Amino acid sequence: MKRWFWMLPLLAAAALVFGVVTAQAQIGTPHEPTDDEVNAVASQLYCPVCENIPLDVCGTQACAQWRELIREQLAQGWTEEAIKAYFAEQYGDRVLAEPPRRGLNWLVYVLPPLLILGGGVVLAQAFRSWRTAAEDAEEPPPATIDDEYAARLEEELKKR
Amino acid sequence: MLANLGYGAVLITAILAIYGTVAAVQGARRNNPALVYSARNAMLLTFPLLSLASVALVILLVTGRFEVSFVSEVTSRAMPTYLKATAWWGGQAGSLLFWAWLMSAFTSAVTLRNWERDREFLPWVIAVGMVTLGFFLFLILAFENPFERLWALPTGQVEAHLFAPRGATLFTPQDGNGLNPLLRHPGMILHPPLLYLGYVSFVIPFAFAIAALITGRTDDRWIRITRRWALWAWLFLSLGLIFGGRWAYDVLGWGGYWGWDPVEIAAFMPWLTGTAFLHSVMIQEKRGMLKHWNMILIITTYALVIFGTFLTRSGVLSSVHAFAQSGIGPSFFTFIGLTFLISMSLLFWRWNALKARNQMTSLLSREALFLLNNLVFMGILVICFWGVIFPLISELVTGQKVTVGPPFYERATAPLFAGMLFLMGIAPLSAWRHSTAKTLGRAMWKPFIVSLIAPIAAFIGGIRLWAALFSFWLAAFVAAVTLYEFWRGARARSRRAGESLPLALVRLAGRNRRRYGGYVIHLGVVLMAVGIIGIEVFQTETQATIPQGGEITLGDYTMRYDSLALFDTPDNRNVARAVVSVYKNGQYVGELHPRRDFFYDFQQPMTIPGVRSTWEEDFYVLLVDWMPVTTEGATFKVYHNPLVNWVWFGGLVFIFGTLVAAWPEKDPEDVAVRRSGAAHARAYGD
Repeated sequence: MKRWFWMLPLLAAAALVFGVVTAQAQIGTPHEPTDDEVNAVASQLYCPVCENIPLDVCGTQACAQWRELIREQLAQGWTEEAIKAYFAEQYGDRVLAEPPRRGLNWLVYVLPPLLILGGGVVLAQAFRSWRTAAEDAEEPPPATIDDEYAARLEEELKKR
Repeated sequence: MLANLGYGAVLITAILAIYGTVAAVQGARRNNPALVYSARNAMLLTFPLLSLASVALVILLVTGRFEVSFVSEVTSRAMPTYLKATAWWGGQAGSLLFWAWLMSAFTSAVTLRNWERDREFLPWVIAVGMVTLGFFLFLILAFENPFERLWALPTGQVEAHLFAPRGATLFTPQDGNGLNPLLRHPGMILHPPLLYLGYVSFVIPFAFAIAALITGRTDDRWIRITRRWALWAWLFLSLGLIFGGRWAYDVLGWGGYWGWDPVEIAAFMPWLTGTAFLHSVMIQEKRGMLKHWNMILIITTYALVIFGTFLTRSGVLSSVHAFAQSGIGPSFFTFIGLTFLISMSLLFWRWNALKARNQMTSLLSREALFLLNNLVFMGILVICFWGVIFPLISELVTGQKVTVGPPFYERATAPLFAGMLFLMGIAPLSAWRHSTAKTLGRAMWKPFIVSLIAPIAAFIGGIRLWAALFSFWLAAFVAAVTLYEFWRGARARSRRAGESLPLALVRLAGRNRRRYGGYVIHLGVVLMAVGIIGIEVFQTETQATIPQGGEITLGDYTMRYDSLALFDTPDNRNVARAVVSVYKNGQYVGELHPRRDFFYDFQQPMTIPGVRSTWEEDFYVLLVDWMPVTTEGATFKVYHNPLVNWVWFGGLVFIFGTLVAAWPEKDPEDVAVRRSGAAHARAYGD
């Protein structure tokens, strides 16, 4: 049993070296990024000088250069987030496809759901008050299908 | 001479608009028929006058009178005549005149058509029409005059003025700038006039709504008068949106048709409220409910119509500073604010008179489901409005511009669109007034079972994305319900009347075109939804630079780059045209010619894709770049767009359904009104 112990640090060291080497191969090894890899990042950014044109489809020379910059950054091992942060730093938040979630920008994300929810609440209350008011009224016969459907159809056609 | 004639006509029309407004309001308030009649005549004069101005402008455009500033901005010698003529709405000043011309045509038409039968409304309809028209004429006269000419000042500068500044001589450029190449596409030639037709048609229901509020006619008369106008307005807006999408797909070179651009959304917003309105008015007609809500919807639609024009014309989208610098932005802003405030004040003034005569009795009744549908449309509107407005607010408050792009809209609206589809599925099966879960369930189970075929088939076909499976089920459910409704109605009629099933179907649809036209529209929406799911969920793309003879593979497709030709054309373009062979599963299926045209005048490229279209998919190839000297290597971007053609086909079905619903039919009221019209007319002295 004891004879095994001396091997443990060795094994650990070997695992560490292996891990570092493979990790290096995955993120650190410089490689030529493909157009698709460049576009995957560029499509999340907007042309800093045009109006509402994503960087991956913008035809201007400036955008072609920016795409080349992304290619170089990817080749140097930059992550997608780092590239986006770089562009936002250089050209302002408008290059990001969505406002970053901070400060005033939270309003973009929070206000519409709140308003829709508010609309839902108003509607629900309206339904409740209508139903209460209608309880006194005579209960209409429940609509059934097929034979009565034909009669209802006729009636509705008359009313149009 | 022509320019002065056009300007004079616009000026006189503006004066008439002011006079007509005052005369109509005073005539109605003092019950003075002669004054109202005079306002009507003023109204009817606006159309020939603006037609004169428009003809003058089109002649100036077509004959290449480049001394006119607008002509030199939007046309050039090399442009074909039809493009020169359609440049009328290709620039800001011309498009404002186009708007005003349509407005005068529609208001005149409605005045002539409804003069006999709805005379109590008409002074106010004329007033609203004239105010709107007057506003656009004011914009033309004050800020964007298409008849201004270019003058060379003694200092050597060239400026645009209507009349010669002191010491200046008329300046005629050798050639004009020409229309932006991106706009020289059939889709873009038709897109603006269709949108404007939609915008302007929606002013008519709004005008009648205001008239109803002022006169205190709180029944649904105004809705009955204008429901066909609203449908036509909606049709034009829909057509405008579809043509705009097709243009983007063909010309903008990004493989899609809808980019959630603020300008697109500007046209989409009145469509949303318009769609909610078309559904909601049915509740008022059938059940006498939601009178307030319908007013709010049409007032909002009007505000959004002007807002849509404002967004694209004020420069506010490029920057709030551009907005502040030009006078046109604040004018729009003030007009929208004032008209909205006045309209809402009128509504509150009549609030109590608009109380409903009925109550909502069942949560599953058709009116309740329509109300939910309204909530969904309003939800999408809120998201769109806020997404368009927020960058401006951010720039104002923090000085920082932000972009609210497709990821935001797609994430926020997707559940609402799904909800809309679901409601489209169940609402046709529910009854007015009262439905229970039991009756709805009994009506629904057959189409529900049938609809399960779609996700099961998709699953067997290899699709594992739950969102896609769910969306396909929703689409199939709506289609099954709609077809079931057609069948159920036809069978019921066939049993009662002893007609054959097809005959019963045709007669049934003929008797209530609005209902069955509406169902056809639903089928169109389903087809479009299938296309949208296809491209949104399953679109793939790749890009690569390959030598001549090289290949790019995407899914089942392979394209081979055969050759590239570079040449100049007589209309000042440099064309790079590639020839690529396309193979599907190894089989040769054809040749595509993706191009990039470079317009020397505009220093602007235009990417025209080579597309292989089938029902199943589009294989869409873009020429991105090439080596100019050797022509040996070229960069291609390739998209695989599954089911995208269902969007266009669905659009056609949609339009057909709207035509069925909106097509004029013999109106029994017309006959009755014509009979009594003579007596009524005598009272007004005409």
